[in-house]
Amino acid sequence: MELRKKVFLDKFWALVKANPIVVLLIVASIVVGFSVDNFFSWGNFGNLVSNTAIRFLIAIGVSGCLITKGTDLSAGRQVGFAACLAGVLVQRGDYTGRLYKNIPEMNMFVVLLIVLAAGAVFGIVNGLIISKLKVPPFIATLGTQTIIYGISLIFTDAQPIGGFQKPYINLITGRIGNVRSFNIPYLLIVAIAFGALFWFIYNKTTHGKYMYAIGGNEVAAEVSGVNTGREIIRIYTVAGLMYAFAGYLLAAKSGGAAASMGQGYELEAIAGCTIGGVSTTGGIGTVPGILVGVLVFEVLKIILQFLGVNPYYNYIAQGLVIVVAVALDIRKYIAKK
Amino acid sequence: MFNLPASVDFVGSFEDMSEFLLEMRDVSKSFPGVKALDNAQLRLRPGKVHALMGENGAGKSTLMKCMFGIYKMDEGEILIDGVRTEIKDPMEALMKGIAMVHQELQPIPARTIGENIFLGRYPMKKALGFIPMVDHKKMYDDTTALLKKVRMDFDPREKVGNLSVSQMQSVEIAKAVSANCRVLILDEPTSSLTQNEVEALFRIVEDLKAEGVAIVYISHKMDEILRISDDVSIMRDGKYIGTWPANELTTDVIITKMVGRELSNLYPKRENVPGEVVFEVEDFTSINPKSFRNVSFALRKGEILGVGGLVGAQRTELMEGLFGVRSHVSGTIRYKGKEIVVNRPKDAIDQGIAMLTEDRRGSGIMGVLPVSDNISIAALKHYTYLKNGITLDLRRIDELVDENVHKMNIKTPSGKTLIKSLSGGNQQKVLVGRWLANDPDVLILDEPTRGIDVGAKYEIYCIIADLAKQGKSIIMISSEMGELIGMSDRIMVMCDGKVTGFVEGANATQEAIMTYATQFDHK
Repeated sequence: MELRKKVFLDKFWALVKANPIVVLLIVASIVVGFSVDNFFSWGNFGNLVSNTAIRFLIAIGVSGCLITKGTDLSAGRQVGFAACLAGVLVQRGDYTGRLYKNIPEMNMFVVLLIVLAAGAVFGIVNGLIISKLKVPPFIATLGTQTIIYGISLIFTDAQPIGGFQKPYINLITGRIGNVRSFNIPYLLIVAIAFGALFWFIYNKTTHGKYMYAIGGNEVAAEVSGVNTGREIIRIYTVAGLMYAFAGYLLAAKSGGAAASMGQGYELEAIAGCTIGGVSTTGGIGTVPGILVGVLVFEVLKIILQFLGVNPYYNYIAQGLVIVVAVALDIRKYIAKK
Repeated sequence: MFNLPASVDFVGSFEDMSEFLLEMRDVSKSFPGVKALDNAQLRLRPGKVHALMGENGAGKSTLMKCMFGIYKMDEGEILIDGVRTEIKDPMEALMKGIAMVHQELQPIPARTIGENIFLGRYPMKKALGFIPMVDHKKMYDDTTALLKKVRMDFDPREKVGNLSVSQMQSVEIAKAVSANCRVLILDEPTSSLTQNEVEALFRIVEDLKAEGVAIVYISHKMDEILRISDDVSIMRDGKYIGTWPANELTTDVIITKMVGRELSNLYPKRENVPGEVVFEVEDFTSINPKSFRNVSFALRKGEILGVGGLVGAQRTELMEGLFGVRSHVSGTIRYKGKEIVVNRPKDAIDQGIAMLTEDRRGSGIMGVLPVSDNISIAALKHYTYLKNGITLDLRRIDELVDENVHKMNIKTPSGKTLIKSLSGGNQQKVLVGRWLANDPDVLILDEPTRGIDVGAKYEIYCIIADLAKQGKSIIMISSEMGELIGMSDRIMVMCDGKVTGFVEGANATQEAIMTYATQFDHK
C-alpha cells in the first residue's frame, strides 16, 4: 500500500516536472477561480471555448508546416482575408452598407465553400513557392503575408464590414442543450471534431507518417519514395483551408470583419505549437500537445482579464510564457546529454 | 560468453612506465539505461601512436569525449604528466594541450580556412592603439605556416566548403596542431579517405610523433592500425580489455579480443547462383559533365555486383542517378526486359528497386523518429487497409517491425525507441530492414558497412549473402578492397565517371582492381 502510494507520488511529480507551465496555470486558475466571482461560470467557459477553438484551428494548420521544418507567417493574414471575404459575402441583402451591392445574398454555407476555396488557393501558392521554387518557408510566407494583406485591403476598400445574416452569427453563439446551467457551444464540437480528425491524420495515415518523415530528414524521406514536393504542397494547402475556416468563424464571432483582423495570429499559433512541444527542428509534435499549448495562452489571458490587469501587460506575460516554457522544455533534452 | 583474462602484464610491456604523458584511470560513465564506460583505462606515451580499438558501442568515442571534456565522467581521474587534472570543457582540454579531430567533421563551410582554424581565438591587434580588432594578416600568415606543417599547399583564404573531405580533415589537423597540442585524438580519420590521402595523413602523423605528440588513433581498419600504431588498447562493452605493443598483435588476435569470440571467417559462405539478366543499363550519362558518363552494365538475378573505385570515381553519383536522386541526360535502364523511366526515387521503388544510401545520417535515418517509423516509411503504402494508400494498418506495421528487429538482430529496447539512440550498426540494420519491407528485386547498397563494427559487419554480410541466395540482385559499392573481393561475384570498377573494367570475383586481386581504378584519361 505504502509502495503504491509512493509510485503514484513519483509519477505525479514526474508529470508536474514535465509540464511546469501547465501545472502553474492550473494552480493559478484555481486560485483566481475561488477569489474572483464568475470565473467558474458557463459564460466564461463559453468565452474560453470560442477563443481557444479558433486559435486551435489556426495552430493545427501551422503545425504541419512546423513539423516539416517550415513555418507559415502568412497564417494571420490568411485568417484576416477569409474573415473579410466571408464578411463581404454573408452581408444581409437588406443591409444598407453592403459593399458589393450587385452580389446576391448567399447562403452562409455556400460562402464557407467559397472562403475555403480561396484559402486552398493561397495554401497551394505557398506550397508551390516553397517546394518548386525552393524559397525558404520563412521568406516565402513573409512575402505572401504581405501580398494577402494587400488583397484584403483592396477588396474591402479598407472599410470595416458588418450587417451579417443572423444564422451566421448564431454559429458562434449557438449551443446544444438550452438549459441555462449546462450547454455545449457549437465551437466546442467543431474544435473536438477537428482535433480528432487531425490526430487521426497525424497518427494513422500515410500522410501523417510522411509529414513526420519529411521533418525528420527530408532527403531520407525523398530517397524512401516519399514525394516530398507533393506532400509539402498538401500540407500548406491544408493549412490554408484551416486558416480560411478559422477566419470564417472569426468574422462570425466578432460580428464584423476588417482587413486588419488576424494580425499576429500566426505568431500566437506558432508560439502555442512550440509550447505544446512541436519542435522547430522538425519531426516532432502532437495534436494534444498543440491543444495544451493554445490553452495555455487563452487561460492566461482570461486569468489576467479577471484579475483586472491592464491589457497591455498581457503582451509581457505572453512573451514571458513563450520564453520560459520553451526554455524549460529544452532543458529536458539538455539534461540528457 | 567467456571473459578473456585482462592483460595483467600491462606494466611489463613497457620499458619505462614513468613516461606516460596522459593517463585515464578507472573511468566510468553512465547514460540513462547504459553503462557506456566501466572502469576504462588509457595510458598515452609521448611520441607514440596509441590505437584504441573496439566494436561500435564499445565506448571508445565516449572515453575520448570524457578526455576532451565534452562528457563529464561519473568516476575516474585524468593525469597529465602524472598530475591529477580536471577537464571541464573542450576549451580547458585545448588549453591543456589536448586536441581532437572528430569523426564527423564540423567545419563552417562558408568561412575561410584561416577563420576555421582560428575560430574563437583570432589573433588580435589594436587599431589606433586601442580598438581591438582581428589581425587578419597574422591569422592568414599563421595559417599558411600551419598548412605547410600538414603538407598542404592551400590559399588560407579559400572557403572550407570548397575543399574535399580529406582536405577538410587536414585543416582540422592543422587546427589541432595550431593549439600546440601534446595529445591529438583522431577519431576514425580515414573512414572517408582514399589510399593516397591515407598516406598523406600518415606522413603528418609521423611528423607529429617526431615532435613528441601522443596520438590516440581510433579506427576499424586493421592494416592501418598494425602499420601506424605503437600501442594498442582494446575495449569491449565499455570495459577495458588490455593494452599491448602493436608488434605483438595480429589482425586475428585483435578481432578475437574485440569481439570476445573467435571469428573464423570474415565473410560468410555464399551459395547464390547468378541467373538471367534482370537489370541492364546502357550508355547512362549524367546531366553534370564531370560526373558519370556512358555507363553500361548488366546485373543478373541472384548476383552480387561489387562496384569499386577511388573516391571521386562517381560510383555513388551513378547509383543515385539510376535511383532517380540525380538527373541524367541520356541512357536507358531495362528492368526485367522492359525499359523503365526513373525520374525520382519513387519511380525506382515502384519498380522494385531499393537503395541504401552511403550517408547514413544525411540521407538514411530520420533521427527524431522511432525505429518503427524508420523501418516502415518506404513501404507504408503496402500497409494500409484494403490497400487504399491512406489509412494505416498499424497492427501489421508493428508485426513488420518486430519481425525485422528479430530477424536482423537489431539491438533496440523497442520499436518505439528513437533511432538516433542506436549504434551505427543497428541503425544500418534498421535501414536494410526499411528496404526489405518493400520486397525489392534489385538492391543497391552504397557502402553498407561503413563505420560499423566487425560484429555488425558480419551480420550485414550474412544478410547480403542470404538475399542473393533468395534470387535478389545486389549492387554493392564498397571502398574496402577486402569486402569487395570477399563478397562480390563480379566487380565493376570505375574511374573518373567511367566504367573502366570488370573483374570476376573468383580471381579478383587488389592489383587488378587498382589498375582499373586508376585508369584516368590522359588528355
